[in-house]
Formats: sequence, C-alpha cells, structure tokens
Amino acid sequence: MSVALPTSVGEVVDLLAHNPEATLLAGGTDLMVEVNLHGRRPGDVVALHRVSELRTWSLDTSRRTVTIGSGVPYAEMETGELARLVPALAEAARTVGSPQIRAAGTLGGNLGTCSPAGDGLPILSALDALIDVVGPNGQRQVRFADFMVGVKKNSLQPSEFVRSVTLPLVEGWQGYAKVGTRNAMVIATASVCLVRSIDHVAVALGAVGPTIIRATEAERWLVANHVMSSPPNVETLSEFGRMVREASRPIDDHRSTAAYRRHAVGVLAQRLLTRSYS
Amino acid sequence: MNVSVVSPPRSGTLGTNASRPDGVAKVQGGFAFSSDTWAENMLWGATLRSPHPFARIVSIDVTAAWKIDGVEVIVIADDVPGLNAYGLIVQDQPVFAKVGDLVRYSGEPIAAVAADHPETCKRALEAIKVEYEVFDPVVDPEECIAGRAPEIHPHGNVFRHQRIVTGDQSVEGDVVVEGDYEIGMQDQAFLGLEAALAIPDSGGDGVELYIATQWLHEDRKQIAACLGLPEEKVRLVLGGVGGAFGAREDISLQVHTCLLALRTGRPVRIAYGREESFFGHVHRHPARIWMRHHATRDGRIVKIESRMVFDGGAYCSTSPAVLINGITHTQGPYKCDNALVDGYAVRTNNPPCGAMRGFGVVQACYAHESQMDKLAAACGIDPVEIRLLNAMETGDRLITGQVVDSVAPVEECIRATAAIPLPPDLESDPDFRDIPGGSGRTADRSHIRRGIGWGVSIKNMMYSEGFDDYSTARCRISNGVVTVKFATAEVGQGFVMLAQQIARTVLGVDEVLLDTIDTQVGSAGSTSASRQTWMSGGAVNAACVAVRDKVMAHVAQYHDLEVANLAIDGTDVVDTRGNFRVAVSDVIAHLEIDETVEYHHPPTEDLDENGQGNCHVAFAFVAHRAVVDVDPELGLVKVVQVATAQDVGRVLNPLSCVGQVEGGIAQGLGLAVMEEIVVTNGKVRNPSFTDYLLPTFLDAPAVEAVFIEEFEPKSPLGAKGVGEPPCISVTPAIANAIRNATGRELPRVPIRPYDVCL
Ligand SMILES: Cc1cc2nc3c(=O)[nH]c(=O)nc-3n(C[C@H](O)[C@H](O)[C@H](O)COP(=O)(O)OP(=O)(O)OC[C@H]3O[C@@H](n4cnc5c(N)ncnc54)[C@H](O)[C@@H]3O)c2cc1C
Repeated sequence: MSVALPTSVGEVVDLLAHNPEATLLAGGTDLMVEVNLHGRRPGDVVALHRVSELRTWSLDTSRRTVTIGSGVPYAEMETGELARLVPALAEAARTVGSPQIRAAGTLGGNLGTCSPAGDGLPILSALDALIDVVGPNGQRQVRFADFMVGVKKNSLQPSEFVRSVTLPLVEGWQGYAKVGTRNAMVIATASVCLVRSIDHVAVALGAVGPTIIRATEAERWLVANHVMSSPPNVETLSEFGRMVREASRPIDDHRSTAAYRRHAVGVLAQRLLTRSYS
Repeated sequence: MNVSVVSPPRSGTLGTNASRPDGVAKVQGGFAFSSDTWAENMLWGATLRSPHPFARIVSIDVTAAWKIDGVEVIVIADDVPGLNAYGLIVQDQPVFAKVGDLVRYSGEPIAAVAADHPETCKRALEAIKVEYEVFDPVVDPEECIAGRAPEIHPHGNVFRHQRIVTGDQSVEGDVVVEGDYEIGMQDQAFLGLEAALAIPDSGGDGVELYIATQWLHEDRKQIAACLGLPEEKVRLVLGGVGGAFGAREDISLQVHTCLLALRTGRPVRIAYGREESFFGHVHRHPARIWMRHHATRDGRIVKIESRMVFDGGAYCSTSPAVLINGITHTQGPYKCDNALVDGYAVRTNNPPCGAMRGFGVVQACYAHESQMDKLAAACGIDPVEIRLLNAMETGDRLITGQVVDSVAPVEECIRATAAIPLPPDLESDPDFRDIPGGSGRTADRSHIRRGIGWGVSIKNMMYSEGFDDYSTARCRISNGVVTVKFATAEVGQGFVMLAQQIARTVLGVDEVLLDTIDTQVGSAGSTSASRQTWMSGGAVNAACVAVRDKVMAHVAQYHDLEVANLAIDGTDVVDTRGNFRVAVSDVIAHLEIDETVEYHHPPTEDLDENGQGNCHVAFAFVAHRAVVDVDPELGLVKVVQVATAQDVGRVLNPLSCVGQVEGGIAQGLGLAVMEEIVVTNGKVRNPSFTDYLLPTFLDAPAVEAVFIEEFEPKSPLGAKGVGEPPCISVTPAIANAIRNATGRELPRVPIRPYDVCL
C-alpha cells in the first residue's frame, strides 16, 4: 500500500490519471470503517487532507451561489457564515455522528459513499446542487440527481473526483429533519429536506429509497393548489403528507420497517412545511 | 465490630468519597486494559466461527491455511487435550465444534489460529475450508417446550422447567388483569472488549493467563479441565477490565488463548473486535411472559399467575439460574399469598444467553410493573397508591415460602421517590437537544406529550439455591506496610477502592497496598449478583479484623493493658478506659502479621417441585419514577428525568453509589427504548455499535437519587449491593411513562418508534 499526500487539485488529478484504482481518503469516517470492520484493503491511497483548496468555501454574490470544497468538514457547516447561507446544510451537518465525526467527515466523502442515509445528500438534492467533478479531461458539473444513481453508487468515471459542490442561495426557508432511534449519533431511518420560496417548494427524502428521492408530485401539487404565502390548512397538510409518503420507496430492514419509514417522511414533510411559516 | 469512627469520618475511610486507586490512570488513558497487554515474542490468535446457526460439520480442511507464511499453529476440536466442553452449570458447550458434530449457533467456534500478525490470522481463517450440512434452525422456544423441535443437543432442548405453586389456587380476584409481555435480547455492551494474553510455562506443562473476567477461579476450573491440566498449573491474573455486566462470567477466549500458547510455546494474545464480541459472549435472555393479577376491588393483590419462557439459545450457561431468579421474583416487591407460576428456560439455535445485570429479574419486573399499572387503572387507583397498598415489608413471606428477613423499606423507597420534585415543564420554545428526536430536529413543542411512569423492584443478592459462593481475603502487615490481597475481579465497580476504605477504617492506617488480583489466593466468587461489597467486602473486613485483633493483643501484652478495652480511634490505638494512646503506625512498624479469611453467607436451599424453599440469601429494593416526553406521531422519546430511591443498607462511598445508579439507569433506559440484538432465523443482524444502539448523552436523563440507609444486620458492613437494582425497575418505569403519554399498551421492550405510532 502506498499513500500519496498531494497538496493541490492538479496533483490529485495527475495521481488519479496514473492510477484510476487509487482510493481517495478524505476524513476517513467511512473508509476506515470499511477497512477496520469490513476488511477492505485499499491498494494505493490518495489522501486529500493537505489539499487546502478542497477545504475552503466561497460565496459568489453575482451568481448567488456558494461553492463548498469537498474537503470542508461538517463542523465548519454547523455554525457561522456557512450556516447562515445554507441553514438546511447546517442542520444536516449537526445531525451527523458525534463531534469527532463532524470534525473529520466531509461532503466529498458523503458523495463518495453515496448512501441513501447520507445526511448531506437530501440537502444537495433539494437545493438542486451542482457537483463539481474534476478528472483527466478537465472539470464538469453534474446535477445531484444525475450524480447519485443507486444505493452507494455514483456516476463518477474512473480517475474523477469531487472538487466541490455548488449550491444556490435560496430566498425563503429551508430545513432538515431526520428520524433515528436515538437522539444523536444515529443513522437516519428516514429524513426530509424541505426548501420553500415564494413560488417554489422542494422536498427531498433520505433513507426511503435506493437514492435520495424528490417528491416532485407533492411539490407540484402544493405549488398549484396552495397559496404559497400563507400557512397550509389541515387538509392541505394532510394531502401534502400523503403525496410525500407515496413518493417514498422504503424497505424493511433491521433498523426499521418500510411502513414506519413511509409514515415518518410524511410526518416530517408536514412538520417542515408548517415550520417554514413559523 | 467495635470500631469507633470519629465524625466526620477520616478521609479515605468507609462512608467517604475515597478516591479510586485506578481512577487517575483511567481518566488519563494510562490504565492498562486487558486489550493493552503485550509480551515479547508474542503471537496473535484468532477464531474461526460458524456462519450457520444449525449445521453439521462435514469436514474441515486446514491445508491451505497451514501454507500461509507466518501461521504457527491451527487448532480444532481434536487438539483439545482435556474435556472439549465447558459451561458454568453444566459443561455442554464445546471448545470447538467437532467434525461430524453440530454447530448450534451462528458464531460458534470451530478452529483457532496463532500467527505472527493479526492480518496473517485473518488470511488463515479465510483459507480454512469448512463443509457444512445446513439445517433449518430451531428458533421458537414454544416448539422446544412442546417437544416438536428436533433435538439440538444430547442434553435436550429444555434447560429447566420449574413451577411455583403456593396458597389457595381457588382464590379469584374482584378485579383481574392480564398481559402478554416480551423482552428483547439485550447486550452487555461493555466498552473494554474481550482480550487475553496467555504465557506458557517454559516446560510447557502450565500456563499463565492475563484475562479480563468476572471470576478468576471459576475460569481456572473450566480452563484446566479443557486443557487436561491440574488447576495449579493454570494461573490467572486479572487483566484490566473495562466493564462486565455478566458478559464475562462465561468462558469465551480463555481456553483458545491458552491452547494456542501451549501448542506454540510462545505467548499468544487474542483480542476480539466489537463485531466478534457480539458472538463471543452470552446476552440477556429474551423472554415471553404471560401474567395475570387478581386483586380485591380496592387493589390488594390476592393471586398472581404467570408463565415465563426464557430463550437460552444454544448452550446452557446460567439459564437454569436465570429462570429461577425470574420466577421467584414474579410478585415483585409486593405482598401476595397465592400464586401459580410456570417457568421454562429452553435451548434454541439462537445466540447463547446467560448472565446480565439483573439476571432474570429484569424480565419478571418488566411484566409485573406493567401489570401494576394495568391493575391501578382497572381499580381506578393511582399507580403510586396501588404500589404503596401492596408494598412488601420485612417479615413477609414470598411465594416461595421464604420469609424476607432483610430490611425491606419498599414503602420508604416509594415515598422518598415521590417526594423528589418533578422536572419543570418544557419551555415554549425548547432547545432541540432537550426534546424527542434530539439533533434530528423532528419535533416542535406542540408535538410533544409528557408521561410519568413508575417501577418498583425487589432483587436477590448473592447466589441462590444452596450455592456457597464464599469469598477469600488476605491481610498482611510487614515492615509497617498493610497489604490486602483478594481474587475479586475489579470490573470497574470500584472494589479496589472499597477494600482500601475497609482496611483504613478497621486498622487505622492511611496507606493500604493492594496485591495483584490473581489466583494465588482463594476464590472471591464472581463479580456479579450485587455480591462483592457484601461478600468480598465481608472477607476483607474479616481479614483486617483478624489482623487488628493480633495488633491489639500485641499492644495489650506490651503495655500491660486489657485487650477488651482497646479500640482504634482514627489512626491511633486507644485504651477506652484510660489515657493510653499510641499511633497504629508505630505499633505495626515491627510487627509481622498475615491472616487469610473466608467469608460465607448463610446457606440457602433448593426449591422443591412446587417452587418452595429458602433459595435466596437477601434482597434489595428500589423505586423509579420516570418522566418521559413523547412524540406520539413519530414514536420518538426523550427521558427527561428519572427519580429514584434505593435501599442500600448503608452508603459506603456516596460517589460510587451515584455512579452505579446513573449507569444502571442508562442501561435500563437502553432496554426500554433502543438496545436490542436483532436476531432473524438464528442470525444476529446488528453486531456493531452502528446498529446496536446504546444511549448517548442526549438520551440519558437527569437522575435524581436518594439513598435509603437502614443498616442491614445480615450484611458484614451493613451495606447491600447497589449494582443491579438501578437497571431493573427503570425499564418498566420508562415504558409506563410512554404508556401514560400515549395510551398505548406497548407490551414489549425495547419499545420501537413504530410500536408507538403505527
Ligand atoms: C460513528 C460514525 C457516525 C456517522 N454518522 C453519520 C451520520 O449521522 N450521517 C451521515 O451522513 N454519515 C455518517 N457517518 C458516515 C460518514 O461520516 C459520512 O458519510 C462522511 O460524510 C464521510 O466523509 P469522509 O470525509 O470521512 O469520507 P471518507 O471516509 O474519507 O471517504 C468516503 C468515501 O468517499 C470517497 N471520497 C472521499 N472524498 C472524495 C472526493 N472528493 N471525491 C470522490 N470520492 C471521495 C472515498 O474514497 C471513500 O470511498 C458516520 C460515520 C461514523 C464512523
């Protein structure tokens, strides 16, 4: 096993171009579990920690976007300026693991693993984030919906990696809620990110399908049938919840049941919608 | 004991917050746990386990594994020199499953390897080819009871069946309530994983084992039998133990490690990871309990009927004793004259179950405390009132016919708990960390309902049914230094500190050395059953008193005083009738005294076929009141506060008592709402801390504890064990609070979110 310690994005590109099989190491909070628990034995490792560009974020006021380096740890998203700009991401970051995990874990790693329960992903989905991918042929931007293609599957090509994610600044409200069987440090059994502006709503569901699911019909129905400037009434909430439940495609496993997950995303979506008016 | 303790007690003596000799090292990370042991020229060991819960081993092929560079030895059943079986009560569990024989649970050991590196071990295990004939596992205890399941083991599929029949069976209550309850499989989940280091004697005819265990001498007995060695050739030294909770009472890696060391002539270390730990030790028995209470219209219990089925999994372990504890605690801490209880502990192809904090009483208590709330509702009485109305007192007769001659302050426990102030109401805009869902921000204030629930319990202490679980201690004075030795497993409970407190108090010295905890002194019995403060505390006390008697005799003779008039006052020997006073340190500077004493508790009896007999030594009681905020629509909970008053006899170290209470409550909370080994068709589906959830800081409640101190005359120090009671009735207290908030029946624990809201 070799470990490369590049310090620039260019070096990472070169390393991966020469060795498409190399394993990227960001915070290691997924990878080291693979190694220690599941016996994965990576051949060559490219450690991203020293690539300072990946660990920074920037605001583009003219385009009204935020670009967050793939190596920015969750701890930095939880509070401060980034939390003010993308509050739903801050809330999602706060639910990830423990302080130790949040100090190390990154969005790049969340996207690399691409688990349906990844807490960063519903935010990227609901905000229609663009994933900035770099490879031997240069840079391309991929819509999140085209990036995550299955359970722990993404559309990165060999030698490509995630440089950053670009999120629009949204006028309006955004929030994230996650159900787990304990009150902290728990994998989501169901989660919802809701983003609402004056004429638009986006609802992304986590842990209830092979990928993050957008409840597009519920979104459309709400915009078409509800005066977006006023809080929803009981009937609206109930129909909205029903449509969100319909959108989910959960399974039974040792963490929970499909029925509960379906129920939970409906409740969370209703509560987030209500919260968005409070 | 004629010790005159000055008031306030001298620092470091009984009754004070003496500091722990292992405390600073543990906090700073310098303490050597068993998994930190290391020896020159050491090899690593690892265990091959069956993936199948029920199969016959057709063949084992180790040729490919032998060829791997660095592999020093591979052992299978045929290499076990002595008995290929162990077990605490009956020896029915093989060291390794044998070719031609059955594997009876998923995780059963088949072979072990020793190699130069853990990675080599891993590769060697992967290279061992085992051919199985796989069978459908037997996982339904009822099939075993009915005799419909295939025989899993030559000893049969029922570990024990016992009834309790007492009083007048024709009695019927004005009010009758019943329920079917289920308790899931909980894991002890200690943080210090199983680890051992075996060092062979140079001649190869003996071995020294450094091991994290609960009972050195019992381990030694079983290890020696498996190795075919006389017991004196197997020496055990306690490795640093990071928690136990019952999971270290059985043999896990002890025999494997010794065998590998003896075969290679080199030190061998085995250390389990978290996943293997789930397969390496026994768990809390899952149980199904039916219970029916008969009461008068005003709520007095007149008869209890129950049927309890404990699933012991593949091997016996302590299942028969767990069953007896369960059924003999059916009535809880309440008076009851008439009862009919039928209990089974059965063998299945599920993971083996054995000891865990509360030992059978946890299961019984969950059922009887659920019943008490049902009874209260049926009689239209407050849940606290109905418990007070039926509260047991000293002198009451249990359904086994045994008279409770321990101090039994049940009413005091309930009243003291009720007197603890309730927590304030939730604020209008609470912090997300303070409400159900926690960091997931699932709820707002309006979604939350608060419930209050009660649980009260009785727990036996020490071993039962005629077992003489004595303890031994040695106290020496040499060159002015006091040294205490015992084989009591320090598993985190703080016995090392208590032993020093006792010696300081009895002998009037400040410095007390502790000798290595090993098998070079008599047995201490197990660190379990809430027994070590009483038993080993009793032994250390007796050994120190024996030494003190000699010191006094010396002083009396030397100074021509009456020995009966001498006493320890602080750190001096004084003549209570005169002015004589001399520092203990001066007296002992030139004395050589060495006393070893055994402490035995009063004998107990077996139960007869009707479950009658004085089978337990003593009892302790506790009350819990839980305040729980519930989000009924999502089924999420936040335990806000647990108030408790516990009968402890006497507080020997206040901080230690609080530690046991807070830890026990967290463990009982785990069983109530999250901790469960999920087993499907004999296979564990969540053997990791990712999916076996333990309470975090955001789940643990505020604990308000009060201690009921009524000196227990039967106990050598007046104290009762405090370890188990905290985790017993808190589980039903939390369940009752969730029921109170939601109106749901919730017949099983852990209560899962979907049990509450779907
Ligand atoms: C105790 C614990 C609790 C956890 N709790 C949560 C939780 O609550 N919510 C949650 O979502 N996750 C949780 N996780 C999982 C993990 O922390 C997250 O998925 C995290 O985002 C991973 O980031 P990382 O930087 O540590 O990734 P790494 O482990 O370094 O990498 C993960 C994968 O992504 C690849 N990768 C890394 N960087 C890039 C890149 N720039 N481009 C392409 N591929 C890349 C790696 O090769 C690897 O395959 C938890 C993990 C642990 C150990």
